[in-house]
Amino acid sequence: MEIDDLTRRTGEWLRGEGPSSKVVISSRIRLARNFEAYPFLSRADETARREMYRALTDRITETDLGQDCLVVNIDEVEPLDRQLMVERHLISKQHADGEGCRGVVVSADETRALMIHEEDHLRIQCLRSGLQLETLWQEVDRIDDLLEERVEYAYDEKFGYLTACPTNVGTGIRVSVMLHLPGLKMTNEVERLLRAARDMRLAVRGLFGEGTDALGDFFQISNQATLGKSEAEIIDEFGNEVIPKLVEYELNAREMLANERTYQLDDRIWRAYGTLCHARTIGTDETLFLLSHLRLGVQMNRFKLVDLATINQLFLLTQRAHLQKINGGPMDGEKRSIARAELLRQRLGSSN
Amino acid sequence: MGILCQSCKNAEATVHVTDIAPSNGEKRERHLCEGCAEEEGITMKQHEPINTILAKFVEQKVGGSAEEAAKLTCPKCGVSFREFRANGLLGCRHDYEVFAEYITPLIERAHGGATQHAGKVPRRMGSDRGKQTDILRLKRRLSEAVEKEDYETAAAVRDELKVLQGDGN
Repeated sequence: MEIDDLTRRTGEWLRGEGPSSKVVISSRIRLARNFEAYPFLSRADETARREMYRALTDRITETDLGQDCLVVNIDEVEPLDRQLMVERHLISKQHADGEGCRGVVVSADETRALMIHEEDHLRIQCLRSGLQLETLWQEVDRIDDLLEERVEYAYDEKFGYLTACPTNVGTGIRVSVMLHLPGLKMTNEVERLLRAARDMRLAVRGLFGEGTDALGDFFQISNQATLGKSEAEIIDEFGNEVIPKLVEYELNAREMLANERTYQLDDRIWRAYGTLCHARTIGTDETLFLLSHLRLGVQMNRFKLVDLATINQLFLLTQRAHLQKINGGPMDGEKRSIARAELLRQRLGSSN
Repeated sequence: MGILCQSCKNAEATVHVTDIAPSNGEKRERHLCEGCAEEEGITMKQHEPINTILAKFVEQKVGGSAEEAAKLTCPKCGVSFREFRANGLLGCRHDYEVFAEYITPLIERAHGGATQHAGKVPRRMGSDRGKQTDILRLKRRLSEAVEKEDYETAAAVRDELKVLQGDGN
């Protein structure tokens, strides 16, 4: 498998399927792990980094995880390919922008991405569309067991799995769910809910993780505390209590909009469609914002001219790196905005 | 420019809040700018970087001995507490012991008061393979049973959970 193969597909996180997929775009679980025998990355020299990189890629690919996988040495690929992987949620922005020997091992279906030398030596992550935390845990746990047989992790009886930053210590688990909350946004309730989430020690971030803003009504919610609770407790609380409540609030807000603010709701959806079908130049933020309204229209059965798969695909293809990839190479901002508008007009079935 | 902030009447209102009075359900719309919304605790600044929290925390907590703490250096990896304070990253696993006095309260704060690991254990430390998965499955069965008001099943599942969570943790 090659990086270029990725652009031809939608990617797991935007498949738009799975439980609660009307509101939950995707779920992700990651574990942070480090070698017992090496210093953390801030103190590991290039030789140590290479040794660990070699050991990890060898150990990973000798198991069934190596089947049809894509091993990317991030230091050696073009910036555009790094950005592409960020847009597909396979690596973090921090990993793309990092320095030195580092990489990622991605499974063919893009549900697994093992980051080597991000903030920790290894970050095992699994990703699925919809709310599927239990399945994700089983996968992540299995990978962790497989590698633990081959690599000695830094572990302490008191602090659990030791990590470069003490905020990840213990289980090293981060459970994240990407939510689409246009209803709560339109009823002005979203800030209040997110504040409640923060009070519950949950982190709220934007579409592309740490350091990104919430764009187009997409919010990523994840646990912050990793010590003192077991993985099962963290996942159970998150997947069976917090998220179902947020999903319920969003669906209630949508129902209220449909019953009491029908014209305003339809106006948003159709204006979004109008702009997307006719714009001659359009930026990423505006595109996300408008596609979000279109997605809402489709999910609520109020808009039938475009199917969900097309919208999901456009979320990804209109992103900076994807757009340049399908257009054959680097383009400046102005050209990208023009190409983006063209792509949208083509795909949304309007020749105007 | 859109609507002016109703509080400071100085900046554009970008945060719109609908308050619903619990007594009569009466709605009141308010329009605030970013700054005023933050002051009222309606919005929060995006995630404070860990090193800012750290720096603040160390100043408060360690106080007078901050200078002393800053001088501490790990003999294994050479990272000083000062460096850790600046970027939030430790140099090696031994730093957890070397800086224990200062790091433990920090960990406690970051993890809601916890200082003891309660999750998965590597197999070389004792076998608990698949335990978290079993707990997770039982927890789901428990909430399903409670939902269906099947309290007999719920009680049985709860007992099973107790056994599973009781040992080793």
